[in-house]
Amino acid sequence: MSGIITAKDMCLWYGNHKALNNVSIEISEKSITALIGPSGCGKSTFLKTLNRMNDLIPGVKITGDIRYGGMDIFSGEVDVNNLRKEIGMVFQKPNPFPMSIYDNVAYGPRTHGVTNKVELDGIVEQALRDAAIWDEVKDRLKKNALGMSGGQQQRLCIARALAVKPKILLMDEPTSALDPISTSKIEELVVEFKEKYTIVMVTHNMQQAVRVSDYTAFFLHGELIEFDKTDSIFSQPKDQRTEDYITGRFG
Amino acid sequence: MRNRFDEQLFELNREIIEMGAMCEEAISAASGALLAGNVELAGKVKANGPAIDQIERDIESRCVKLLLHQQPVARDLRQISAALKMITDMERIGDQAEDIAEIVTFLEGRTMEGMALIGEMARATIEMVTGSVDAFVKKDVEMANWVIAQDDVVDDYFSRIKCDIISMIAENPADGEFALDLLMIAKYFERIGDHATNIAEWVIYSITGMHKEV
Repeated sequence: MSGIITAKDMCLWYGNHKALNNVSIEISEKSITALIGPSGCGKSTFLKTLNRMNDLIPGVKITGDIRYGGMDIFSGEVDVNNLRKEIGMVFQKPNPFPMSIYDNVAYGPRTHGVTNKVELDGIVEQALRDAAIWDEVKDRLKKNALGMSGGQQQRLCIARALAVKPKILLMDEPTSALDPISTSKIEELVVEFKEKYTIVMVTHNMQQAVRVSDYTAFFLHGELIEFDKTDSIFSQPKDQRTEDYITGRFG
Repeated sequence: MRNRFDEQLFELNREIIEMGAMCEEAISAASGALLAGNVELAGKVKANGPAIDQIERDIESRCVKLLLHQQPVARDLRQISAALKMITDMERIGDQAEDIAEIVTFLEGRTMEGMALIGEMARATIEMVTGSVDAFVKKDVEMANWVIAQDDVVDDYFSRIKCDIISMIAENPADGEFALDLLMIAKYFERIGDHATNIAEWVIYSITGMHKEV
């Protein structure tokens, strides 16, 4: 397994509250890793740390080491905008910008200096196709994105993340606000993405973790309790706490 | 929901124990009928066959419902999948007890006098069946391993009985049909031992998540 992201002895505090405690993990390239655990266990905090989204929260202190492609993501040489271009994020609630479908997708490439209309058109179309929404929106690219359904909005947000050609996609409960059909579409997409991208996904849906992911990491009280192949975690977990959580005995 | 699921798993357990007890009874009765030449008892074994088939169907349908409704993982998944496999072996034990009983009815009261090994093999096989059900009830890996090891003992009885039967045919060719019936019976006991071994292996899988290497 080749680790595209490795975390070593990572701790994170929100003020005095220690939210992550000595987390060490190696995320392998072009795989899907599910982060599971009860609310408040630190899984979303860990996810957001991977592209330094937590930098935006006041009072956050991080120790330990996180490397992306061997590079320390907290080093002074790292351009955070560039890091977030390479490590994109999709949130729980679809959050399209209040602008046209086209402009939503073109936003990232424009920020990174793409101005040529033909080039932008190509990027937008490809991103929308990759997010399996092109056929639904190709005739209304100039319409406001807020008029789309929730499932469409989420796929638009995925297209927006793909438009800057990331290497990694972080997904924070990407289907928890969606109906079953939209959920199924996103799950299919995620599995297809594995050919091109590395996916790290927080989910509260155990069956989703089983269906979609290659690896599963179980977090509890800020600690990474168990990390293994998904099939192993869900058929013979090694830690009793993992067993109790996934079988619904607590959480 | 977890409480409800636990209740359903408890019920599943109870049914498997019941089915195990029915199989133990069937094989004990078949063996008793064989050793005593008791045709009436053999008839009872045959009459109980459909009840074993029915409880297998009931357990199977409960397992499928649990898989559908609860989408179990970890220990729960292992327990239910092991149950589905075990009941197939239990049902086969029931069938073979019936097969033995059927032969007893053809023997028309002839006993196993002079065939001490058949009685010993029957006892060893019944112990295996009882042990496999006990191992399940008590979640006892050690007991399950004992059952698995005991299969060699039963296999050994089969080899010895086969040799005896060959001599028997040589000495008294006119009684060949009886000799072949005995061989069939010994083979059924040997197969019952194999099914008890399978059950023990599934008990171990259900507890540890590891299946004995083939």
